[in-house]
Amino acid sequence: MKIRIKFRKWGVMKFVGHLDIMRYFQKAMRRASIDISYTAGYSPHQIMSFASPLGLGLTSDGEYLDIEVNSTMSSRQAVDALNAVMADGVEVVSYVLLPDSAKNAMSLVAAADYLVSFDKAASLPPLEETAARFLSAEAIPYVKKTKKNELELDLKPMIHKLRVQDGGLFMRLAAGSAANIKPVQVLEAMSPLCPQLRALLEEKPHLIQVHRLELYADKRDAGSLDPFFVPLEKLGEEIV
Amino acid sequence: MKKLALSDEILLKIDKPARYIGNEINSVQKDPKETDVRFCMCFPDVYEIGMSHLGIQILYDMFNKMDGVYCERVYSPWPDLDQIMRRERIPLFALESQDPVKWFDFLGITLQYEMCYTNILQILELAQIPLLAAERTGEDPIVIGGGPCTYNPEPVAPFFDIFYIGEGETIYGTLIDTYREAREEGLSREAFLEKAARLPGLYVPAFYDVTYQEDGTIASFKPNRPGIPAVIKKELQMDLNHTYYPEKPVVPFVKATQDRVVLEIQRGCIRGCRFCQAGMIYRPLRERDVELLKDYAYKMLKNTGYEEISLSSLSSSDYRALEKLVRFLIEQFGSQGVNISLPSLRIDAFSLEVMSKVQDVRKSSLTFAPEAGSQRMRNVINKGLTEEVILNGAWEAFKGGWQKVKLYFMLGLPGETEEDIREIAHLCEKIAKKYYELPKEQRNGKCQITASSSFFVPKPFTPFQWVGMNTKKEFLDKARTVNEEMKKQLNHKSLRYNWHEADLSLLEGVFARGDRRLAPVLLRAYRLGCLFDSWTEFFDHEKWMQAFADCGIDPDFYAGRIRPEDEILPWDFIDAGVTKDFLLREYHRAMEASVTPNCRAKCAGCGARSYKGGVCFENQD
Repeated sequence: MKIRIKFRKWGVMKFVGHLDIMRYFQKAMRRASIDISYTAGYSPHQIMSFASPLGLGLTSDGEYLDIEVNSTMSSRQAVDALNAVMADGVEVVSYVLLPDSAKNAMSLVAAADYLVSFDKAASLPPLEETAARFLSAEAIPYVKKTKKNELELDLKPMIHKLRVQDGGLFMRLAAGSAANIKPVQVLEAMSPLCPQLRALLEEKPHLIQVHRLELYADKRDAGSLDPFFVPLEKLGEEIV
Repeated sequence: MKKLALSDEILLKIDKPARYIGNEINSVQKDPKETDVRFCMCFPDVYEIGMSHLGIQILYDMFNKMDGVYCERVYSPWPDLDQIMRRERIPLFALESQDPVKWFDFLGITLQYEMCYTNILQILELAQIPLLAAERTGEDPIVIGGGPCTYNPEPVAPFFDIFYIGEGETIYGTLIDTYREAREEGLSREAFLEKAARLPGLYVPAFYDVTYQEDGTIASFKPNRPGIPAVIKKELQMDLNHTYYPEKPVVPFVKATQDRVVLEIQRGCIRGCRFCQAGMIYRPLRERDVELLKDYAYKMLKNTGYEEISLSSLSSSDYRALEKLVRFLIEQFGSQGVNISLPSLRIDAFSLEVMSKVQDVRKSSLTFAPEAGSQRMRNVINKGLTEEVILNGAWEAFKGGWQKVKLYFMLGLPGETEEDIREIAHLCEKIAKKYYELPKEQRNGKCQITASSSFFVPKPFTPFQWVGMNTKKEFLDKARTVNEEMKKQLNHKSLRYNWHEADLSLLEGVFARGDRRLAPVLLRAYRLGCLFDSWTEFFDHEKWMQAFADCGIDPDFYAGRIRPEDEILPWDFIDAGVTKDFLLREYHRAMEASVTPNCRAKCAGCGARSYKGGVCFENQD
């Protein structure tokens, strides 16, 4: 049986990196007596995959991992069993059954919501005007630097939403294997329009807190030009 | 939300910030205001190493079960954070509460190896605690050292208020009570230490004076005030079935070196290898009840979620219920994806059968520790492993599908000849030959025999505590000799040889058998920038040599010199159970290459019987 688990990560846990979070969940499955399936062979490992690695320092309300189990408790029981063994700063919010044919979360991720907030000490001016000017451009050229090379991109089609919210910025960005951008890259692309933002990124990036809100699959009908984003947990159903 | 001692800005800049945030599964959260004694337990190395140490997990569990005591942990900040903490004057903090260590009543530092000594100074300095015990006041924590290196604590004596000699389970409760009473009575730090110094196993170095002869050896070592014992007897937890054991060990987020449940099946060793300090100082052998261990295994796996369990002891094959325990573990947990690791196991039919069940034989390697190449040398060191046993074990293993064998040796053992060390290569060759005796269709390509040699470091409380260590040149010449001999073998393409670094071993040799006069050298080396010396990327031999020169100390006086049998040794004030008579007897037998039988075969009268338990009384309980 395929199961999708959604969890939150906050507080000091933002300093626990993705690889360590994977190891953390492997142990948590055993502590919570989840009947997880193992691969065959001499070094069996749990069948588990994460939707999208969360960078060090980021917090989230919408993290996902998929597992396979041999048998399962109800969703309610599983959530409770997992939360009984969580560290402070990680909370399981849902545990749903996926159809056997379901693709894993990693391959489904198409977009992510983020809330970027700025510490008071960042002393940024109101960003409404900057955001409006940024979005009004025909194209948003951006040079993405990877370890090996530089890639010229147009961010425009990858920014599905961007607005000022609670003094910070709400963003819905393309995510996943096809196209993927990070909130900080959007801020970098925006920074020529706002010198204070540029200074902040260069000098005090730790005053910027990025919080992931949700991960989505794109379930548009064949032939449709507009994406239809569905939170990953909605692709499964509650086990009662 | 929990407040951290380090800012986001710092944590996002340094390597592996999760080392410093605490919050791990099974870490203990108490309200410091609800407790009256705060104990900070320190392993002076990086987090991943320190978190792998069983002793701290045991004591952490023990202290936190005591009413009114809150025990927390601290490890050495990695050099990247070290620099930031110094620059910004951030006091070293404990992981759980993130409070400064200097607020604690006690700072307990475990001394597991000599090459962590500069890290002790780093801990104290970052904690903003005076490095010298003599300069501390009532405001500072009581600094206690424990662990194997306290069997010669003298090189670090000036930095500690107290050393706890022996196993921690026994006296800490009394020490905490003594501390509470002293505090209630308003006693000074010194008056409290005087009380502590009267407790069994506790050594307060400030209360002892050492004088020296003209030749630099010790003339006298005596208490300098009334009522302070002249001899400190090591503490042992004799009943391992009714004591503390962490059923909920702390599980780190960062991958620790020891990423598994550790089940300590016994303490001590019956073998009596003459180079081995652990085999002497933890005598007598004491076993844990197998039913208790089964229960621990179940609970610890459940409470941690680890996928591996490892049995811990100096020689697992000597645990009488081993087969029963291992079969239980395999039956009970093998199907749940739990890997079972069995270090320090004799290679025989049973262990091969077990290993073939728990690991992939094609990938795994078989390990032997003959320690010396020739039978004569193995008799000298009392390592009861014969060539026949090794070759039979290898043969059985090759038949079972293994093709990789690892062998551990030491170079620089007392009385070693060139022929003895060439035998290392010959033994490897014989093992390789065994493999090629297998019919071709049963082989899986070439075999791979890897021999490693370390350089022998004489340790206190062993029959070799009097012997001189080789020089660097002698060590490296010996390693070269072995290497050349390896290349001359018929099957040299199946043989590999590597050897350890000599400078580090020599320095370890100096501090292992050093005295108080080395403390200034340590301090000087630390000031010159020495830190994390056990890490080859940080070890700076030249700085150490400069420190010795600056302090006018000849390291060879401690490492290379053969000590007369009547010399007062810096650790003679400790009664480690094994008597000096026994050690001398064994020293002499070694020189004659005489083997001494193990404790179960025949009592050698080592003195550990005075503890009134364990293997000495095995057939009488």
